[in-house]
Amino acid sequence: MARFIGRRLVYLLPVLLAVTLLTFLIASLLPGDLAVTILGDQATPEKVEALRAQMGLDLPLWERYLRWLWGVAHGDLGRSFRTGETVLAAVADRLPVSLELMVIAEGMGLLIAIPLAILCAVKSGGALDRFMTGLAFGKLSLPPYLVAILLIYLFAVELNLLPATGWVPFSEDPITNIRSFVLPGLTLAFAEWPVLMRVLRSDMIATLQEDYIAMAKAKGLKPARILLVHALKPSSLTLVTVTGINIGRLIGGTLIIETIFALPGIGRLLVGAIYARDFIILQGVVLFVAVGFVIVNFIVDMLYAVLDPRIRHGRA
Amino acid sequence: MTEPLLSIEGVSVDLPTARGPLKAVDKVDLVLAPGRTLGIVGESGCGKTMLSRAVLQLLPKRAKLGGRILFAGRDMARLSPEELRRLRGPELAVVFQDPMTSLNPVLTIGTQIVETLQAHLGMDGTVAARRGAELLAAVGIPSPEQRLRQYPHQLSGGMRQRVAIAIALSCEPKLLIADEPTTALDVTIQAQILDLLAREQKRRHMAMILITHDLGVVAGRTDEVAVMYAGRVVERAPTGQLFARMRMPYTQALLAALPRLDAPPHTVLPAIGGRPPDPTRPLPGCSFAPRCRYADLTCRNDKPLLRDPEGAGALHACWHPLP
Amino acid sequence: MAALEAGIDSIEVASVARRRRRIGPLFVVAAAWIVLIVSAAILAGVLPLPSPTDIDMLGKRAPPSAEHWLGNDGLGRDVLSRLIYGARFSLTVGLLAPVIGVVIGGFLGMMAGYFRGRLETFIVGGMDVLLAFPPLVLALAVTAYLGQSVANLTLVIGVLGIPAFTRVARAVTLSLSEREFVTAARALGATHSRILLRELLPNVALPLLAFFLLGVAVTIVVEGALSFLGLGVPPPTPSWGSMIGEGRESLDIAPQLAFLPAGFMFATVLAFNIVGDTLRALTDPRPGAL
Repeated sequence: MARFIGRRLVYLLPVLLAVTLLTFLIASLLPGDLAVTILGDQATPEKVEALRAQMGLDLPLWERYLRWLWGVAHGDLGRSFRTGETVLAAVADRLPVSLELMVIAEGMGLLIAIPLAILCAVKSGGALDRFMTGLAFGKLSLPPYLVAILLIYLFAVELNLLPATGWVPFSEDPITNIRSFVLPGLTLAFAEWPVLMRVLRSDMIATLQEDYIAMAKAKGLKPARILLVHALKPSSLTLVTVTGINIGRLIGGTLIIETIFALPGIGRLLVGAIYARDFIILQGVVLFVAVGFVIVNFIVDMLYAVLDPRIRHGRA
Repeated sequence: MTEPLLSIEGVSVDLPTARGPLKAVDKVDLVLAPGRTLGIVGESGCGKTMLSRAVLQLLPKRAKLGGRILFAGRDMARLSPEELRRLRGPELAVVFQDPMTSLNPVLTIGTQIVETLQAHLGMDGTVAARRGAELLAAVGIPSPEQRLRQYPHQLSGGMRQRVAIAIALSCEPKLLIADEPTTALDVTIQAQILDLLAREQKRRHMAMILITHDLGVVAGRTDEVAVMYAGRVVERAPTGQLFARMRMPYTQALLAALPRLDAPPHTVLPAIGGRPPDPTRPLPGCSFAPRCRYADLTCRNDKPLLRDPEGAGALHACWHPLP
Repeated sequence: MAALEAGIDSIEVASVARRRRRIGPLFVVAAAWIVLIVSAAILAGVLPLPSPTDIDMLGKRAPPSAEHWLGNDGLGRDVLSRLIYGARFSLTVGLLAPVIGVVIGGFLGMMAGYFRGRLETFIVGGMDVLLAFPPLVLALAVTAYLGQSVANLTLVIGVLGIPAFTRVARAVTLSLSEREFVTAARALGATHSRILLRELLPNVALPLLAFFLLGVAVTIVVEGALSFLGLGVPPPTPSWGSMIGEGRESLDIAPQLAFLPAGFMFATVLAFNIVGDTLRALTDPRPGAL
């Protein structure tokens, strides 16, 4: 196990380094002078020159990268030239909103997926199972922003049940806060549950063939107990892992959803930075998200190794 | 004769396969009185396990069951799922072949015993746990309180099978089906487990079906033996009578295939030549005919029925029974 | 997000869809829709359509009429015309971007699968770096720096698709490299380029082509997402994504302005998914696929 972690770590570091390099290059090699962008077209050449020197833009590329990386390693991702806010402060401010959204979305996804997976596994090949297979396929073709439009139309416009916008901090008004997460959470959950359902369903089908399920039936246990205790528990290992991976994937998913539902999270920060052409924030957030993504995937890899039944059996 | 506890009347099991329907069990009749033991013997694939699954109503989903299974006068196939559930445990219990797979790997031994007691006897947690420990002690498991908190993989195979037996006995069933309970265990453990089953069967006056491929296993431990071949019962007799006088060549071949302690070293075991017939392609005559040295044209063309020509309670299905 | 998500899901759904891989009525309907929408997009200039960009402030959100079959949008522009010109845009990006993925990803994947060793480690590692960025985040960032144009959008989405194609090409090449005909060619002294081009490429091409169609579906979704956020092609050029984005503002008074382009996009993406998945199942080289 220690060797496995070591091997993955040796691999993780170059990937992280490459991620910082790519982020830096995207922001540096592309056309346009950052100083001009910041000061505007009317700025005098002297002023531009001064800013370039101040920002280190006149240095060679490799030196700029190393300086920037040095800063990043010390937690200095730069500062917005519009608001003066540091990238780290901006991210720290928005992160709880994105995390809340991800957790709510994944929770809703599991809430939908688990009962459906159990039903489909019990009657595998039945009408419900085939319908759900088709639905999972259709879902592939229905991107989250289309789902969001449908949900907003249905629940906010037609039924007027839930707000499409109107986030307030949890500390201020918990109920309004939670209500404002329902539709965006549901939108993301809609993309999540078919994946979760299929994973659990196939594991459940395999588990239901096991002798200990026949044994549980022969013991005269209630069907609910057989399914929920004897079958669900041993079937949920992969589900746990996939749930972990998906939380990582949702980092990308929150981007468009936060914009649609006006939730002040990381995704909205990023999109806002693009609209405002605030490139320092943009670069910082891209780096933060990519590094977060890599690290979440690394942790999930580890988790998988720990939970993998073969490894567990190897120990037993 | 007393009212039979279990009567199996013309039971057939068909399994759909890619090559056509497979006749796993073919019109089997068996009767078992309360407190008696029946051994069912045959090679693997002869349908003995499918027959036991039919009795338990645990057949694979697509299997087709024909005939009637009466348990204490009730037709098993007509019971509602809830009636069936109440029956399993307090009246009908089973010990499966492989204790590695028949215990749930993610639940403690305690949970797996206690849940059965709670489901049928309505015991509360602490009472059930105490009873569980008693049961474990009764099947010869040392320091039972500690075992209750352990998971199956922390126990040896023999211990696990004892746990499985404790679970099966927990609600005092009227009939216990032991489906090759020792096949997956070390030889040294086998006799202990069989003796445990025999002892508990007598003590509780419970009926038992002991399924095995080993004629030696049923010899001293059953009242009656049924030998199965290719889905049919080919010989059935009280145990003593069977071992005294085997009529069916297949039964004799099975016995000859057993290793004997008194044989000189390096004796070649007389294995039964050939293989059982393809169950998706039934033969018109006796299924054993292709492998039988006494077989003639009659055997190949006409199926012998299970009969009792001498009226001595010993039945066999053979055109040319041994003397 | 959409690209990665679809990438992972399509692998997983593939096993599900394997059951109905035969060409059925669903496949025919899907293929017919693709033909219809592609020919409409090509012929958009010749069709008797009103201009997609002419603003008619008096005819704002006009209901369908003989003149405007599907009515007008918030600026009085003809919706049907915008849908068809939008198809032209979505399909251009959708069909061109995966070409980048097929060519570069196919090449890298074959190299990795054939030569193995360090080259493979390097290519797979490079793909991992690219996969470290949530695709939509990278696409947004790059178009923000490069500027919004059809060429840039195509380029960015195309590059994002490379890892998926690399993976497919590498997997197929790996499984083929061990086969007798490659060993035989090697034993006969064939050069690497000859084995790659004559023996392997024809076998890798078919699975890649099937995957290409799935790539089209994913590209349309990602392009739609960018345009939806107003970061795709700049207005007034119509695109399905931007039409949905604009229609969202008037969901309460004219929901059809969002739902019509949404429906078109859904139908098109679904059609490409169905056709692509059917073809992939038919060309799957794995033994269990028959």
